[in-house]
Amino acid sequence: MSLSIDDVNRIAHLARIRVSGDEAVQYQGQLNGIFDLIAQMQAVDTAGVAPMAHARDLFQRLRADVVTEPNRREAFQSVAPQVADGLYLVPKVIE
Amino acid sequence: MQWETVIGLEVHTQLTTQSKIFSGASTAFGAEPNTQACQVDIALPGVLPVLNKGAVERAIRFGLAIGARLNRINVFDRKNYFYPDLPKGYQISQFTLPIVEGGALTIQVGDEEKTVRITRAHLEEDAGKSLHEDFHGLTGIDLNRAGTPLLEIVSEPDMRSAKEAVAYAKALHTLVTWIGTCDGNLQEGSFRCDANVSVRRPGGPLGTRREIKNLNSFRFLEQAIDYEIRWQIGEIEDGRAIQQATVLFDPDSGETRMMRTKEDAHDYRYFPDPDLLPVKLEEDWIERVRASLPELPQARQTRYRTEFGLSAYDAATLTSSRTLSDYFETVTAALPKADAKLAANWVMGELSAALNRAEIDIATSPIGANRLARLLGRLQDGTLSGKLAKQVFEAMWTEGGEPDAIIEAQGLKQMSDSGEVERIIDTVLAANQKSVEEFRAGKDKAFNALVGQVMKATKGKANPAQVNDLLRAKLAG
Amino acid sequence: MQTIKSIATLLAEGKISSVELCQDYLARIAAHNPNLNAFVTVDAERTLAEARAADARRAAGQANLLTGVPIAHKDIFCAEGWLTTCGSKMLANFVSPYDAHVISQFKAAGMPTLGKTNMDEFAMGSSTETSYYGPTKNPWDVARVPGGSSGGSAAAVAARIAPAATGTDTGGSIRQPAALCGITGLKPTYGVVSRYGMIAFASSLDQGGPMATTAEDCALLLNVMAGFDARDSTSLERNQEDYARDLNKPLTGLRIGLPKEFFGAGLTGDTATAVQAAIEQFSKLGATTVEVSLPNSGLSVAAYYVIAPAEASSNLSRFDGVRYGYRTPDYADLTDMYEKSRAEGFGAEVKRRIMIGTYVLSHGYYDAYYLQAQKLRRLIANDFAQAYQQCDVILGPTAPTTAFKLGEKADDPVEMYLSDIYTIAVNLAGLPGMSLPCGFDRQGLPIGLQLIGDYFAEVRMLNVAHQYQLVTDWHQRTPGGF
Repeated sequence: MSLSIDDVNRIAHLARIRVSGDEAVQYQGQLNGIFDLIAQMQAVDTAGVAPMAHARDLFQRLRADVVTEPNRREAFQSVAPQVADGLYLVPKVIE
Repeated sequence: MQWETVIGLEVHTQLTTQSKIFSGASTAFGAEPNTQACQVDIALPGVLPVLNKGAVERAIRFGLAIGARLNRINVFDRKNYFYPDLPKGYQISQFTLPIVEGGALTIQVGDEEKTVRITRAHLEEDAGKSLHEDFHGLTGIDLNRAGTPLLEIVSEPDMRSAKEAVAYAKALHTLVTWIGTCDGNLQEGSFRCDANVSVRRPGGPLGTRREIKNLNSFRFLEQAIDYEIRWQIGEIEDGRAIQQATVLFDPDSGETRMMRTKEDAHDYRYFPDPDLLPVKLEEDWIERVRASLPELPQARQTRYRTEFGLSAYDAATLTSSRTLSDYFETVTAALPKADAKLAANWVMGELSAALNRAEIDIATSPIGANRLARLLGRLQDGTLSGKLAKQVFEAMWTEGGEPDAIIEAQGLKQMSDSGEVERIIDTVLAANQKSVEEFRAGKDKAFNALVGQVMKATKGKANPAQVNDLLRAKLAG
Repeated sequence: MQTIKSIATLLAEGKISSVELCQDYLARIAAHNPNLNAFVTVDAERTLAEARAADARRAAGQANLLTGVPIAHKDIFCAEGWLTTCGSKMLANFVSPYDAHVISQFKAAGMPTLGKTNMDEFAMGSSTETSYYGPTKNPWDVARVPGGSSGGSAAAVAARIAPAATGTDTGGSIRQPAALCGITGLKPTYGVVSRYGMIAFASSLDQGGPMATTAEDCALLLNVMAGFDARDSTSLERNQEDYARDLNKPLTGLRIGLPKEFFGAGLTGDTATAVQAAIEQFSKLGATTVEVSLPNSGLSVAAYYVIAPAEASSNLSRFDGVRYGYRTPDYADLTDMYEKSRAEGFGAEVKRRIMIGTYVLSHGYYDAYYLQAQKLRRLIANDFAQAYQQCDVILGPTAPTTAFKLGEKADDPVEMYLSDIYTIAVNLAGLPGMSLPCGFDRQGLPIGLQLIGDYFAEVRMLNVAHQYQLVTDWHQRTPGGF
């Protein structure tokens, strides 16, 4: 399989990473090299094998429904790029 | 030419937990911006989610209430997309293996009963809020709501009109507040509907659907669907095909407008969240939740009809909320003589009217169920006439107090002394000889006039039935 | 040689204070770090304040075994008040407002932080060359890489400018740099060390662990790091273990599994010779060897480069310039802000992996890539389970080569990915693995021996490694000039 420039641009946009025309060409070559490495997987017959999403087959532990977290807005917003009146600011969101 | 409408609803219900679904921050409504957004909610680097047992328990509760299948093992997935109110860049939700599948809800549309099937209900986290005012062209992000637990309830496309959709939404609202999984507060966004609407020729293949997002009132739900149906039929009849799209309803114009088409729909890249393990529901837990469920609205409706002999309409009205239904049951149980019909008439009549006028909920009614029952007891034992009882009710509503005290203080007791009533009748008959003659000549209307005179003379305190009987006896004699 | 064990003894005997120790190490860092670039952040004031607190604690009679012993932390661990960059421009200004569980554990033990060590950006790399803060140099040859991604920690311990350090291992990031720098490093069973506050690369593979000069030190450090943490859903609820409890057990009867796939055509030259010599050493110690097979291990790199980027692409979505981290100075609208902030804030390798991950999860490709990789992961894990029916530990090389030259593989991602060919399967299976020095190549570069245990076999592995280190001195050799 082989990624086209359109594929590269599509995934770059999905991942919200700006890619210039030259970079897209470079990524195309590198990503195709990596996909060649990955391609050997496809030859393996995995019919009936249960996918393994976690390192251990265990079940989720549940937390008691209790409020434990204090307000730490000041500390958290001290590292924020842009805030006003306790809100994080971003360019206008258009719906 | 005939068109059939096909509607399915997706309802986001905020669960009534104290803390968030994956963090220990509070879910209380109305706090200062970002003061209830902890390190997990704002997605600081390195933080991890831990699932709230209370959220899972509420999902189980809902699943049991609609007779659904509970997936004993269910899985949380990541739904990936970028949006400033989504701090992690993904929403934790359940995609392939939701906690609840199947089940159904019975709805009442006019005199007809209908079953709407539920496809699934899954747990997920809410996003934050984007505020668009006051920041000079910028958007402010408040993440207090981020991580609030939601149960998204998805119906099959079983509804055929806006009225049915509203009936379903209301029945669902009744149920989730009844079982306590959601507070049902529409203004605060605790119960939000998305409607998938399409039209087709009856019996024909399904039409292309458009999804109306974020309807937070039953009125808007109805208006938006009705507008959307008219719009879609108009488009098709004008020869334009419907494009799959997501639309928003504008309450001011009463119209829906396009948000995005299928072409720019997201590619959400769902995959199982590696930070969360599969959730296992143990049987004994499910049974404990089942045992804690109250009698459900549908069961109560049936009981009201069969046991109390109430009409389908009355039974449905009285079970439209648990507080109303519980109130009615308390009144009925407290009556000296069993008469559910009397209780139903007063709860749905005088009391509901007064509550509506004052715009208050039955939960905070100034007249409690037991006090109302004591009033109705005085009606049952003949102390009060219907008219007097309404007067006493008015006094109880505005000034408070016990019905007996009011009856005593205002002298509203019905005359039970037949001797006194007889004396008054004699006086009335003497003063209205003309009417007496007319009655004897066969004019029935004259009798009613005489009753009216007697009631007037007793200031309404006589028992009308007693007056009737005594008067007939006198006139016959 | 100063092991943390020996330092602890000096502190306990009152022969040195934590402040003196820290001053000494800080002086060594000041002298050698400009050459090595092993540390990205050093904050002498903060370190000495912690050292003073440790001394006070000792004076008050409340010291634990390691109170006062300084340690360096990989810059992937969030530490309150410390710049925590994860090797990225994206977090160049991120002073963490909270402590990772691992950091809290070391604080509770009274161990001062010497500084934050350099790493491949977001732990993505095998050479520490992808760091925004420049590459770390290998103390054995500063023209060579220290391995990665925990290259800063490995170089610092190798050059003895830190007595010990923390690392994290997603595909070999503790073991491979430990091998290339001639130190000892342990990646525990997945779930033994909490991931809370450890900036996520691939959540189902990431695991923190100790890096030190000896297996014994690793055991003492793991005693501090390991333990249940309710804030990490994948943290295991187990009784607290003493990882040093069996260090002195003889190896008589130990069954060592040698996977034939690790000793095939890929393993040549000095590495093959050194590993072979180590096997003979173990035989002398009373162990027996048995050939085992891990038939699917050859697929582990392919499966890993689907699973790890898939998880990473999602884990790194939070770096959007909204709540913390880098935001581009110049943008037209929201999408422009996102795309430029992420394009400028992330380096090339991180962007490549985000793009691979985005692609393998995208519509129409999920089954062929992500799901298939997850199934292979199961097969790979099953291979190990099969092998452990015949042996107690598996032994082999840690890395196919010794330290390579800076820049040598930087332009060839695939070549770089193959550096982890022996370590990756361990992460996929969630097993514990460790690397310890077992010799030098003819250029004088250290060679690493890998031990792989069954789930929760850390105690046994540390025992095996310690017994080996009692009869060898590879771990005691230090690079010249430090």
